[in-house]
Amino acid sequence: MSSNPIDKIARATPPSIAKHVRGFSDRTIAWLFVGPSIVLLLAVNIFPLIWTINLSFTNFRANRSRDVEYIGLQNYERILTDSDTWQSMQATAHFLFWTIFFQVLIGFALAYLINKKFKGNDLWTTIIVLPMMLSPAVVGNFWTFLYQPQIGLFNYVVEFFSGVDASSFSMIGSVNLAPWSIVIVDTWMWTPFVMLICLAGLRSIPDSIYEAAECDRASKWRQFWTLTIPMVLPFLMLAVLFRGIENFKMFDLVVQLTGGGPGSITTLTSIDLKREAFEKWRTGYASAYAVILFVTVFGLASIYVKALNKVKER
Amino acid sequence: MSGFSVTEPSKRQKWISGLLVISYALITIMPLLWIIGTGFKSPEDAISYPPKVIFEPSLEGYVNLFTTRTRITASMEGNLPPPDTWYEQIARNSGTIISGPSRYGQRFLNSVIIGFGSTFLAIFFGTLAAYAFSRFKIPIKDDLLFFILSTRMMPPIAVAIPMFLMFRQLGLNDTHLGMILLYTAVNLSLSVWLLKGFIDEIPFEYEEAALIDGYSRFQAFYKVVLPQAATGIASTAIFCLIFAWNEYAFAVLLTSGDAQTAPPFIPTIIGVGGKDWPAVAAGATIFLIPVMIFTILLRKHLLRGITFGAVRK
Repeated sequence: MSSNPIDKIARATPPSIAKHVRGFSDRTIAWLFVGPSIVLLLAVNIFPLIWTINLSFTNFRANRSRDVEYIGLQNYERILTDSDTWQSMQATAHFLFWTIFFQVLIGFALAYLINKKFKGNDLWTTIIVLPMMLSPAVVGNFWTFLYQPQIGLFNYVVEFFSGVDASSFSMIGSVNLAPWSIVIVDTWMWTPFVMLICLAGLRSIPDSIYEAAECDRASKWRQFWTLTIPMVLPFLMLAVLFRGIENFKMFDLVVQLTGGGPGSITTLTSIDLKREAFEKWRTGYASAYAVILFVTVFGLASIYVKALNKVKER
Repeated sequence: MSGFSVTEPSKRQKWISGLLVISYALITIMPLLWIIGTGFKSPEDAISYPPKVIFEPSLEGYVNLFTTRTRITASMEGNLPPPDTWYEQIARNSGTIISGPSRYGQRFLNSVIIGFGSTFLAIFFGTLAAYAFSRFKIPIKDDLLFFILSTRMMPPIAVAIPMFLMFRQLGLNDTHLGMILLYTAVNLSLSVWLLKGFIDEIPFEYEEAALIDGYSRFQAFYKVVLPQAATGIASTAIFCLIFAWNEYAFAVLLTSGDAQTAPPFIPTIIGVGGKDWPAVAAGATIFLIPVMIFTILLRKHLLRGITFGAVRK
């Protein structure tokens, strides 16, 4: 890994040779070049964020034009004491934990196998990567077809291999199975992401280290645990960071697959938030909810990045 | 130990790992092949049990995707002129007549306009910013770069609430311009980070030589740096395009008609009497194939793109 985002930020820049240049000074050009991006990001990200924080202290409803009252921290209080919120947090935690668990497990295994450099591994890697690049909403919608009892391909394959009647279970209709239906599709889609990052990690380990270990008569098993794993770990942790942030925000795939149902068993926080904001039109309440989610993901990510840097320093 | 190196996997190891990886690849590609296959099935074949692997190909799904149809009623029968086109014929065979085009073409076109528009702007502004970040000493540079990245951590729904209100004020709800601006902003973080990485890799000496030869900064930028960064810019553009192409959350909340893109539209396709899966699959196929092709073209830069340049091979 040449650098992770944090390192990259810290990287020194080439020295300036400004004196000689005709026309604008470097300083002017720098601000001219950076300016538009910063302005656009301020307009589309920071301004809305401040607006959201402001709205979160009000009882504003976007579908009505009554007077807006400031109600202090009432929204926050209500959200944090609402059992629905905690249920969606729980659904999100379940989804996050198991998708990351399976993606790390399968992704690493695949990367390890691909790194054996068998003939044609490039071609097969490209094929494995395809699902990751596709529209989650469109693909998720089609998975509801694969999950149909009786006629769905998924249920048929399960029947074929396990003998369980294909029409006897419904992946997205059953309270017990629905949380797993979204884990399966997300794992199918995003395992290649973890795989690619692990593969980069495995390829970054120089052969000479293994050769040295071989000279010391370290067993393959020992080499795996004391060399391969520690050297891939920073990569793996980076992959988990990306997947963690992405799946915390998860909306499109799950909305198309289960719509948050049955009941509210797969209502992830983003789906809950969408309902509050755009179906119940409790804009103030939803804004507070959004702030809480943003603080959570930002906080967790910061703690995690600290841990990641510690691992890298070792 | 066979072979020349202790680190070279044995023939047997290669064989077994190849077998396992290929098996996984075949399983993982199944749903995609199923989408493509279903697009060419007749509605009856699509919902048969057991699922049909071998079937008589039909273009009914594609005809249904692009048209709206009405059922032929008893009073119409006999009065209808003979079908004059192949697609009219296909519709007749399933007891319907074509009453007009569907909205799919329009939605697809919206995806193209918004995708290319936002990609162009994100690359244009992104290249400028990335060049400045790469070559100049900018105060609070680190903070700015992190700020640019952090904008990607926001859940889209959280951003959508104020965007919805803001767009409503400005009359940008459900307009191409609004969506282009929004996607440009979302893609900017990706394009700045990726392009900065690509430009960092171009040796500074080239520009230095050009500057000493009397080029201005601007000339050095577009005559020396831009051509060198062309591959990087192209692959960054494809990543931005794919993001805008696939995006759903903003699209479903901020567009409903005129500017609606394909992702929110495709799941809403229904046929005459129930969900028309071949038409949905046909719509998905046309929509997904370009991305598949781009992915194959991009495979060398894939890792870099999906990690914002954090991991490079």
